[in-house]
Amino acid sequence: MSSDPLAAARPAVELAGITKRFPGVVANHDVCLTVEPGTVHAIVGENGAGKSTLMKILYGMQQPDEGTIKVNGQEVTFRTPSDAIAAGIGMVHQHFMLADNFTVLENIVLGAEPGQFGILDTRQARERIKALAAGHGLQVGPDRLVEDLGVGDRQRVEILKVLYRGARILILDEPTAVLVPQEVDELFETLRELKAGGLTVIFISHKLDEVLNIADAITVIRRGTTVASVDPREVTARQLAELMVGSELPTPETRESTVTDTVMLKVSGLTMEADGHRPIPKGASVSAYADRLRAEGRRLLLDDVSFEIHQGEILGIAGVEGNGQSELIEAIMGMRPAHGDLALGGEDIASWSTLKRRESGIGYIPEDRHRQGLLLEASLWENRVLGHQTRPPARSGIWINRRASKADTERIVKDYDVRTPSVDTLALALSGGNQQKLIVGREMSSEPTFLIAAHPTRGVDVGAQAAIWDHLRNARAAGLAVLLISADLDELIGLSDTLHVIYKGRLVARLDPSDVTPERLGGYMTGAITGTEET
Amino acid sequence: MTTVASTKVRKYHLALIGVALLILLMSLVRIMSGANDITSSGTFAAALMLAVPIGLAGLGGLWAERAGVVNIGLEGMMVLGTWFAGWAGYQWGAMAALLAGLIAGALGGLIHAIATVTFGVDHIISGVAINLLGPGVTRFLSEVLYKEGTGAGEAGAGITTSPALKSEAPEISLPLLSSGPDWLGSLERTHWFLLSDVAGILRGLTHGVDVLVILAVLLLPLTFFVLWHTAFGLRLRSAGENPWAAESLGVNVPLIKYVAVVISGAFAGLGGVFLVFVSTKYVEGQTGGRGFIGLAAMIFGNWRPGGLAAGAALFGYADGLQLRSSGAVTSFLLFGAALLVIYIGIKLRGMLASGQPAEAVTRGAREYTLMAAAAAGSIVLIWLWLTVDKLPDEFVNVTPHVLTLLVLLVASQRLRMPKADGVRYRRGEQH
Amino acid sequence: MPAGLFRALLTVAGAVAAIVVAIAISSVAILAAGASPMQAFAAFFDFGETERSVVNGIATMLNRSVPLFIAGLAVAIGFRMNLFNIGVEGQYKIAAVCAAYVGSLFVAPAPIQILVIIVVAAAVGGLYALIPAVMKVTRGVNEVISTIMLNYIAIQLAAFLVRGPFTGQRTEGQLTTNTPLLPESAWFPNLNVLFEMFGLPAPRGGGLWGFLVVAILLGVGLWVLLERTRFGFDVKASGLNPSAALASGVNPKKMVISAMVLSGAIAGLIGLPEILGDKHTFGSNFTPGLGFLGIAVALLGRNKPAGIAVAALLFGFLDRAQGPLQFASVPPSVIMIMQGAIVLLVVIANEITSRIAMRREERRAAQQLGRNTPVEVAA
Repeated sequence: MSSDPLAAARPAVELAGITKRFPGVVANHDVCLTVEPGTVHAIVGENGAGKSTLMKILYGMQQPDEGTIKVNGQEVTFRTPSDAIAAGIGMVHQHFMLADNFTVLENIVLGAEPGQFGILDTRQARERIKALAAGHGLQVGPDRLVEDLGVGDRQRVEILKVLYRGARILILDEPTAVLVPQEVDELFETLRELKAGGLTVIFISHKLDEVLNIADAITVIRRGTTVASVDPREVTARQLAELMVGSELPTPETRESTVTDTVMLKVSGLTMEADGHRPIPKGASVSAYADRLRAEGRRLLLDDVSFEIHQGEILGIAGVEGNGQSELIEAIMGMRPAHGDLALGGEDIASWSTLKRRESGIGYIPEDRHRQGLLLEASLWENRVLGHQTRPPARSGIWINRRASKADTERIVKDYDVRTPSVDTLALALSGGNQQKLIVGREMSSEPTFLIAAHPTRGVDVGAQAAIWDHLRNARAAGLAVLLISADLDELIGLSDTLHVIYKGRLVARLDPSDVTPERLGGYMTGAITGTEET
Repeated sequence: MTTVASTKVRKYHLALIGVALLILLMSLVRIMSGANDITSSGTFAAALMLAVPIGLAGLGGLWAERAGVVNIGLEGMMVLGTWFAGWAGYQWGAMAALLAGLIAGALGGLIHAIATVTFGVDHIISGVAINLLGPGVTRFLSEVLYKEGTGAGEAGAGITTSPALKSEAPEISLPLLSSGPDWLGSLERTHWFLLSDVAGILRGLTHGVDVLVILAVLLLPLTFFVLWHTAFGLRLRSAGENPWAAESLGVNVPLIKYVAVVISGAFAGLGGVFLVFVSTKYVEGQTGGRGFIGLAAMIFGNWRPGGLAAGAALFGYADGLQLRSSGAVTSFLLFGAALLVIYIGIKLRGMLASGQPAEAVTRGAREYTLMAAAAAGSIVLIWLWLTVDKLPDEFVNVTPHVLTLLVLLVASQRLRMPKADGVRYRRGEQH
Repeated sequence: MPAGLFRALLTVAGAVAAIVVAIAISSVAILAAGASPMQAFAAFFDFGETERSVVNGIATMLNRSVPLFIAGLAVAIGFRMNLFNIGVEGQYKIAAVCAAYVGSLFVAPAPIQILVIIVVAAAVGGLYALIPAVMKVTRGVNEVISTIMLNYIAIQLAAFLVRGPFTGQRTEGQLTTNTPLLPESAWFPNLNVLFEMFGLPAPRGGGLWGFLVVAILLGVGLWVLLERTRFGFDVKASGLNPSAALASGVNPKKMVISAMVLSGAIAGLIGLPEILGDKHTFGSNFTPGLGFLGIAVALLGRNKPAGIAVAALLFGFLDRAQGPLQFASVPPSVIMIMQGAIVLLVVIANEITSRIAMRREERRAAQQLGRNTPVEVAA
C-alpha cells in the first residue's frame, strides 16, 4: 500500500510550530507534522509525551498558543470540534464518547441530525447508517441500546459516527488499548479498507509492533515535541523505542521464581449475580446454588472462580475489560457481596468488612487511581492516611495522628521517589506517575501479606513504570502474594508466576507465562480458544 | 424492532386496563361509602385545575433534568411566577398575567443556569439559594408596590396579596355533553354504579374548562415531541446522558443547558400563573411547596412525560378531593384497604400457581411477612374508615408527600434518571 | 506564602467581594423602592441612642445568631460528605414540639430538667433524620427529595400535635395554640451578667439567651470531631471521593446513617434557645424558616464551624435591623434579598476562588519540579 501516487497532492494535515502551554507546564512545543492524504499515519510516544493534547488541538477541543494548522493546504483555526468536523476531521476517542442510554442511531446522528424543521428523520438516518456500515464492514444494529454493546461494537459505532459526518481524516486515539489481538486485526482490516477508499487515518499509539504493522508513515513525539519522522519499512521496533524514550524500554521480567508452598489467599467458588445479591438458601452449597442460577438463565458476573496464591507468587489475571475483573477485586476487598469462600492465611474472611480485611493485611492498588485511590482535593499526607485510618502511624485512639502521618508520608516520598514540593501539596497537583508511586508506597507501608495490583502502571510514564515493576518484584521476593490484573499483556506475561484467563466471569484457562504468546492469550481472552487447563 | 413495538403496545394496553380498574374500584368505594364527591365532576374539575400547576412544575423539572441540571429551585421560580402573574394580571388581565409569570420564572431559571452552568456551582446549592431569593424578592416587591396609599393598595392589595385579576381566561365546555342539555351532568346525578362515575369524571374534565388549561395540558405531548422527536431534543437529552460525548460532536452543551434551564424556569413560572388563576389573585405562600411536589411527580414518572402526567394527576386529585369534601377523603382508607386486599389476592394466586418448593424456600419468609403486613394494614384501614369521621386536615395535607415517599421506597431502584443528571459539567474537562 | 494561608485569604476575599456585590444589588432595589441606600445602611448600624437600646440591639442580634449557628452546624455535617440534609427545617420543628411538651410534664432540679429537654430534642431530631438515612442506605432513595417531603410532613405533624395531643391551656383572646408552659426549672439562665460586668443595663425581655454557651461548646466540639478525629477523616473522605472511601474501608452506609443522625440531632437543638431562653413553650407562631436559613449559613461559612459562626453573626446582624429599616422607610424585606443574594454570590465566589487556588497549586508544583523532570502532562 504505497502512498507514492498521492505524494504530489497537498498534504491532508500539516501542523507547523504548534505550542500549547498549561499552567506551569508545556504540553506541546514546536510540533511539526505532515500527513499525506490516503495514508495511515502513526504518531507514537510514551504516556504523557503530549500525543493526546496534540490531537485535541487538531480536533478543536483545545486551542494552540502558537503555530498553524493546515488541512488540505488551507490554513484553518478550530475553535470547537464543530469547526474540525466541518473541515472533514473526525476523532475516535480513547475513552468512548457514547451515551449508554441512547440507541446506536441516536449516538451516531447526534449533532448532525437529518430531517426538516428540526424534526428527526430516523428512517433516513437508519438507511444511511446501514449503507455506511455495509460499505465499510462495520455491522451494528442501529436500534440497539449502546449499553448492551461490547467493546468492539462500541468502537465500530465510534467509527460510524465519524464517517456519518463525512469525515475524510480520521484520528484514532489509542484505539487498540481496549481490544484483544483478534479485535485489533479486525480494526486494522477496517482501517485498510478506509484507506483504500481514499481516507486519511491518524493513528496514535505506543504499541510499536502494531504501529509497524499498519502505518505508512510514523512520527515520534517525545517530551511534547516531534523528534523524528520515519518510514516503517526502514525502522525496527528497537530503533523506534529508542526514539520514543531516548533510551531503551524497560521490560517487565521477573527473574528466578520465589513461589513458596504457603498458601496466602485461597478463593473457592466465588460467585456473583448480575441482578443483585440474594442469600443462598439454607443447606445449599455455593456450587449447587450457582448451578441453579445458571439453569434459570441468570447472568453471573463471577462464575465459580477458584484459585490459590502462595507467598512470593504473582498471579496474573488476563481478560478483556468487563469480564469480571472489577467484580473479582470488589468481592475480595469486600466492597460487594458475593457467594463462596475466601481465606487469607488460613483464616476465613468471607464475612469480614472491607476495613477488617485491609487491617488483616490486604493491600490494594486500585484500577482507577482517581476514582478509587486518591482524594484529589486533599493533601498528600491525608492521602497517606486513606485506607489506614485505623492503624498506626495514622491513628492514635479516636484521633488522627497528623504528625506521624506527615512523617511517614515524607518517608514514602523519599523511598518511592514521589516528586512533590511538599507533603501538604494537594494530590491533584501531581503527575499520574507520581500519584501512582504514592499509592504504591502507601499500600506497601502497612506491610501487607497480600496485594491486589490492578493496572498498576496504567497511564504512567516509563520511569515510573519501571520503578513500580521493581517494587512489585522486590515485594514478591520478600514473600508478598500478589494478584495482578492488567490489560497490558506484556506486563502480565513478564511479571506473573501463574496466569489465569477470565472470560465472562469464569476462569477459563491456566497458563504458564514462560511459554505463552500474546496471540494465544488473546485467543483465550475472546473465547476463540476454548478448553481449560493447560500445562 | 418488533419486540420494541410490541412492548410499547402492551404497555399502552396495560395502562388502559389499569385506568379502567381504577375507575371501577373508585366506583365501588363510592357506592359503599356514599361519598359521592369521590367521582363527582366538581372534584375532577378541581383536580384538573390543581394538577396543572403541579404538572407544569414537573415539566420544568423534566426539561432541566433531561439536560443534566437538577432544579430544586422550581419552588422559588414558581413563587416569582405567582407574584408577577398577580401584578400583571390585576392591571392588564389574564393574558398579561400569563406572560409576566412565564418571564419571571424564566428569569429565575436564568439565574440557576448562570450559577450551575457558567460557574459550576452545585445544582442543589444553587436551587436552595433560589428558593431563598424567590420569596425574598416577591416580599420586597409587595412591600414596595402594594403598601397602603399606592394605587394597588386602593384596588384591594395588601402586603401579602395582589388585587384580583382584571379578567379571567375564557372557558369552554363540550357542547351537548357538558353544556346545554348537559347529558353527562344528568347521568352523573343519577349516581348509578360505574356509569355515573365515568360521566362525572368526563364532565369534570370537559365542563367550563379554561382555554389556558387546555393549552397547558397540551404542553405535555408537545414536550414529548420536542424532546424525543426533534434534533434539539436529542441534543438536549445527550447533555443529560453524556455531555462530553455531545461536546465532542460539536454540540454546544452549555448553550443547550442554558436553554433547557430557562425553559424549565418558564414552566415553573407558568405553574405559578395557574395557581393565581385558581384563586384569581396573588396570595403570599400560595405555592405551598408545589414546586417540590412537581419535582416529586417527575420522579414518580421516572423522568418521562407520561409518568409525570400520572403523578401530577394523582397529586392534583388528592388536592381537589380535599378541597371539595374533606369528609370524602376518609373513603380512601377503604380504597387503600381494597388495594391491599387485591395485592394479597394476586400474591396468593401466584404462590398457589407456582407452588415450587425452591421458590418458597428462597423468598418464603419475606413474602409471608409482607402479606401479613398487608392483611394487618387493610384491617387497620377498614377499622379507621368505620371509626373516623373526618381526618385532621394536617394528615390530609401531607398525602402527596407521603405517597411520594412510598413510591420512592418501592420503586427507587427501578427509576432511571439521566446518567449525567446533577453532574458538574465543564467544557473540556471529562469527569 | 504557604498554600493553606493563601487558600484561606482567597476564601475571605471571595466572601467579601460577594458581600460587596450583594450590597450593590440591594442598593439598586432600595433605590427602586424610592428610599435612600445610605439611610438604609445607616439603619443597619443604628443601634439607638441610649445604652439600653444598644444593649437590646446586641442581645437581639446574638439571640438571632444562636439558632442560625446551630442550624448551620447541623447542615454542614451532611454537606461535608455531600449529603444534602434539606430536612433540618422539619427536624427542628418536630424536635422542638416534642421537647417542649416532654419538658412540661415534670419538674426536676434545673440542670436535670434542662438536660432532659436537650436530650429529648436531640433524640427526636436524630430519629427523624434517621428516616431519610435508612431510606437512602436500604432503598437508594435520594436524600434531597425525601428530606423535602419529610419537611412538609414534619411541619404538618408539629401543627397537629400542638393543636391536638400536646396542647396546653390557652389564655383568653389568644389566637395561637401552645404546648403547656415549661416549669421554671427549665428556664435557661440568661447571660445578662456579661453586660452588667461592663456596667451596662440588662436588655429587656428574655435578655441574652444563655444557650449561647451551649452553642459555642457545640461548635468547638464539632470542629474537633471533624478536623481531628478518625470519624472526621472518614466524613471528609466520603465527601471528597465516595468510591475511594469505600475502597479504603469506610462503610458508606454507616457513614450516611451516622452523619445524618448527628445532623438531625444537632438540628433538634435549633428551637431550644428560644424555648428555654424566652418563650418557655412551643406555639403555632414559633419562628419558622431557621432550617432553610441554616443551609444558607452553612454555605456562607463553607461548612466550617468558625465560618458558620461568622455567617450566623452576619445574618443576625442583618435581621436585627428590621425595626430601624422601617423607621427609615425602607422595606425590611430588603434583608431577605440581601441574604439570598449573599448566599448565591458566595457559592459562586467559592467556586471561582477554589479553582484559582487549585490552579495555583498545580502551577507551583509544576514550577518547583520543572527543573529536574521532563514535561509530563496527563492530557
